[in-house]
Amino acid sequence: MVSFSAVAKRYPGGQEALKDVSFSLQPGELAFLIGRSGAGKSTLLKLIPAIERPTSGSVIVGGQNVGALKSGAIPYLRRNIGLVFQDQKLLYDRSVYENVMLPLTFSSHAPREAARRARAAIDKVGLAGREKANPIELSGGEQQRVAIARAVVNRPSLLIADEPTANLDAESAARVLDIFVAFRQVGVTVLIATHDLSLVERYAGKILRLEQGRVA
Amino acid sequence: MSAWLRQHAHALRLALRRFAGGGALSAVVIGVALALPAGGYAVLDSLRGLAARASLDPQISVFLKPEVKRPDAVALEKSLRADARLAKVRFVPKEEALKELNAAQGLAEVTAALGRNPLPDAYVVTPRQGDLEPLVADLGALPGVAHVQADAAWARRLAALAAVGRLAIWLLAGLLSLGLIAVIFNTIRLQILTHRDEIEVSKLIGATDAFIRRPFYYLGTLQGVAGGMLAVIIVWSALALLNRPVGALAESFGSAYRLSALGAAEAAAVIVLAALLGWLGTHLSVSKHLRQIG
Repeated sequence: MVSFSAVAKRYPGGQEALKDVSFSLQPGELAFLIGRSGAGKSTLLKLIPAIERPTSGSVIVGGQNVGALKSGAIPYLRRNIGLVFQDQKLLYDRSVYENVMLPLTFSSHAPREAARRARAAIDKVGLAGREKANPIELSGGEQQRVAIARAVVNRPSLLIADEPTANLDAESAARVLDIFVAFRQVGVTVLIATHDLSLVERYAGKILRLEQGRVA
Repeated sequence: MSAWLRQHAHALRLALRRFAGGGALSAVVIGVALALPAGGYAVLDSLRGLAARASLDPQISVFLKPEVKRPDAVALEKSLRADARLAKVRFVPKEEALKELNAAQGLAEVTAALGRNPLPDAYVVTPRQGDLEPLVADLGALPGVAHVQADAAWARRLAALAAVGRLAIWLLAGLLSLGLIAVIFNTIRLQILTHRDEIEVSKLIGATDAFIRRPFYYLGTLQGVAGGMLAVIIVWSALALLNRPVGALAESFGSAYRLSALGAAEAAAVIVLAALLGWLGTHLSVSKHLRQIG
């Protein structure tokens, strides 16, 4: 599903975020990307939906070489990847329901089907009944769950989350992780970056340890 | 409904919402700015109609000396017709001229009091295109000619003046068009900044550039169309207002003259032009500012 081989990423300033990263994930696999803050976890995750391009090496996602993808093809790559960001990136000028609907407005679903999917996604993250709320009224954990609902509403085969539990208390964090892990059971490949090793020990997932720009 | 249509409907809905939420103000700016050249054009067009009715073909009257005998006067026609510079030659015998004078100006009593016909025989000639001055001089040198008068010189002057006015209006329209492109450019820039978060997130989760640009194109074009329609309404109302005093003025000259408003084709042209300007301003703005996001 995802395969990195000898990937390096150097930023224009000369800072070397990744030196030599190689790993691969099978379809339906659950993996945690562990490392200190600044170890390059975010950079690694950004290479998968082509938010950043590798300086060298190859990033293959779903059989496509992401580094060589034309910019016109990138939106279609991203529609097949559910992205959850540390800061959620929700839109606070609209309701929970409209936030979750956003990815469906630009893919070609019929309105009734889109509405059904959005409600199903909200239901799946345990926020049924909060559709009309503004995300600002929700707790941090609930907001993160809205972000998950938005990420999965297009039924992606790959789910990526960057520090999804960073700002949550232990209980909310466990709940959020449980939701991610549940998607793995329906065949979704899940990759979660976190600096908190203690949180992930409960799950039977692959551990990718990122140190000094390399995966150990 | 196909996905393509649905996406356009979605973009149009967004554009309409943003138009209602403040975008209409730029439409007012566009409307007022376009009303100036459009109104100027309508007024000039009316004046041109006036000048055309007064005959733009400059006619020249060739008055013969009173002592010229009728056979000599008629004989002159042959040499006039031989002149290649003249398109039309018409002989006006003095009896006919007197009749016209009596009929046209109600001067019958005055001429009757004179006791005899004070008018000479004359030719009214219409020159082809070309310089009038030497022609007038040559006609004056013909035997038996007393005086040559280029009647419609004023009409020519009016036409020349109208040409200057038209050019000025085109210049004004050009400059204001540039201004309007700038207005739309800035409006769309502000819209893009306002929706920066949405654009960023949409790009991250798989929106195509076309999807993101589309509502802005609709908004800019919509502002242009609304501005163009407003301009037409302004011109129509202003001319309707002006026509009351203009009508009163014309009546004092015994004329039913009115300023003619913009025709349907011209009104449509104003609206289409405004829409194109809106589209162009949007295109420039979107190309420049969306690239800086995401």
